[in-house]
Amino acid sequence: MSQSAVSEEPLIKIRNLHFSRGSRKIFNGINLDVRRGQVTAVMGPSGTGKTTLLRLLGGQLKPDQGEIILAGEGDIGRMRRKALFRIRRQIGMLFQSGALFTDMTVFENVAFPLRVHTTLHERLLHDVVMMKLEAVGLRGAAALRPAELSGGMTRRVALARAIATDPQLMMYDEPFVGQDPISMGVLVQLVRRLNDALGLTSIVVSHDLAETMSIADYAYVIADGEVLAEGTPQALQQDPAPEVRQFIEGLPDGPVPFHYPAPPYRDELLGEVL
Amino acid sequence: MIGLDSLARLGRAGLALMAALGRSGVLFFQAVWGWPSGQGVKLWMRQVHFIGVLSLIIIVVSGLFIGMVLGLQGYSILVGFGAEQALGQMVALSLVRELAPVVAALLFAGRAGSAVTAEIGLMKATEQLSSMEMIGVDPMRRIIAPRLYAGFVAMPLLTAIFAAVGILGGMLVGVDWLGVDEGSYWGTMQATVDFRADVINGMIKSVIFGLVVTWIAVFQGYDLVPTSEGISRATTKTVVYSSLAVLGLDFILTALMFGRI
Amino acid sequence: MRKQHWIEVGVGAFMLFGIVALIFLALRVSGLTLDRNEPSFTLTASFSNIGGLKPRSKVTLAGVVVGRVTDIQLDTKWYEAKVTMSLEQKLEGLLSTDTSASILTAGLLGENYIGLTVGAETDVLEDGDEIRDTQSALVLEDLINKFLINSTKD
Repeated sequence: MSQSAVSEEPLIKIRNLHFSRGSRKIFNGINLDVRRGQVTAVMGPSGTGKTTLLRLLGGQLKPDQGEIILAGEGDIGRMRRKALFRIRRQIGMLFQSGALFTDMTVFENVAFPLRVHTTLHERLLHDVVMMKLEAVGLRGAAALRPAELSGGMTRRVALARAIATDPQLMMYDEPFVGQDPISMGVLVQLVRRLNDALGLTSIVVSHDLAETMSIADYAYVIADGEVLAEGTPQALQQDPAPEVRQFIEGLPDGPVPFHYPAPPYRDELLGEVL
Repeated sequence: MIGLDSLARLGRAGLALMAALGRSGVLFFQAVWGWPSGQGVKLWMRQVHFIGVLSLIIIVVSGLFIGMVLGLQGYSILVGFGAEQALGQMVALSLVRELAPVVAALLFAGRAGSAVTAEIGLMKATEQLSSMEMIGVDPMRRIIAPRLYAGFVAMPLLTAIFAAVGILGGMLVGVDWLGVDEGSYWGTMQATVDFRADVINGMIKSVIFGLVVTWIAVFQGYDLVPTSEGISRATTKTVVYSSLAVLGLDFILTALMFGRI
Repeated sequence: MRKQHWIEVGVGAFMLFGIVALIFLALRVSGLTLDRNEPSFTLTASFSNIGGLKPRSKVTLAGVVVGRVTDIQLDTKWYEAKVTMSLEQKLEGLLSTDTSASILTAGLLGENYIGLTVGAETDVLEDGDEIRDTQSALVLEDLINKFLINSTKD
């Protein structure tokens, strides 16, 4: 009984999160749960602060208000530097650009977190790195340098590096953006497979709707600093709210306007030059 | 209204400057207390190589030429007083006290400081610093601290090499070409250059310059706006601020060290 | 690992090069001798005018450097300069009490230094004693003045 009660409790619980950058409000009271073992998708148009959300989760930014509770560890937004570095070992993050260390080979990149956090013997370390590279299908690329990799391969190496220390939580920042259809398919499959095979919990932040929906267990749509809609992908597909419809069907204009806020067009053309 | 407006702008700029100073101070202390555990020496060695060994050529060549110019100019001035034997003293004192620490620091800022800023800036722009942080490695320890300590060690060594090469360059011109007696070249030098007052003070200057230039370089790299424009601006700032800081500090240090005599 | 190896070699050579340069500056340029802290003894002397004498100026005996000036103070009672010098210990007990100290100039425009000349007395100077027989610096302007005054008298 108690076992199931624990697994019922979400791994991450975000409550009433406020964050602003300068005078621009990015989050205006967001509530969000990430359940253990699931792939949770956070979707929304560009510029809605999806990457910012991941940075808040990783403790690289501090919220203005509200809580980000990591189960068993407390509020990430109020952690001290040392505690943050400790919990980050439990979190893997895949950056949009891959963010491989350009002065190291692929092998050394994947070995980096292991060298820092473990005292594995060199032989064992080699085997672990090769295992992780095999999982993303790039064992053969171990000796290459990041500059010699294609975009899709870079992201897969970064993924291997992120899972090197077997984290509990994986965060993906726009993992599918700018990929050719094949790499995209590979990455989509990898996210889901790794989640299930390694017993991870995953957060995917993306605006690639179809791909993300196909692997997510639960999805949030955020826009204008608020959660527009949430639910299973099937439920969202049926959601009648016009904002959700616009996003899901990809309509150019709707509740989320096509135009950046501007004075009336007529005035601008006819009025005197400022 | 315009007066109030510009006053407000001035206030904002002042606050921004204070904030930047504060951030750089925090960075300095975090890096100084953050000697990377485990691989520290290896990382530090890499940086000494990058900012010290690779600056060697420019330091040696500049030192040689500055010493030779000092030899020529010094000779033409001193020969007017019939005091050309004092050439060694003049070359050595100007190099050891002033020229070696200052010129080596300026060259160091241009050669190594800008490279450090660009490197760290590019790491920031490509999210390498962020991803390091998320892996649970503090970039302060892994990236900033080894560079700061490397600058701290490399600068005095470069300065000593600069001064030594310069004195030999001065001898080349003065003794071999212009015919100053070699004995008096070294003799007047040894009679007037004092180890504590001149050599050690010059080294103290160079240690401070090394620290300040590397500090400015790593801070500009760490604090920049991660775009290509931001990187180029920060690199320029590194060279400009370091040069100004070196020259300003040189005056203060000289006044403190030699002002009383 | 091969690259790291060359980095280490390069850094090692660089450090060696730098330290050699420092030693060069110390020994060859500043003339630092390693026996700087050799035992020494102190004498004082009062001069009515020291000219350009400074702390760290040489003290010579028969042209050989035997010590340095360590301190110069103004004696407000007699308005004289009280010069303290530190000499090599091997001279302690060898300098007679009528040893004279004069302030000399190296060349026409060179630096000032103290030249000692040993006298004939059998009593000797000990640590902290004062040299009585002193001769002040020759100030060029004074010499010229004297010369002019003397020549107008004639």
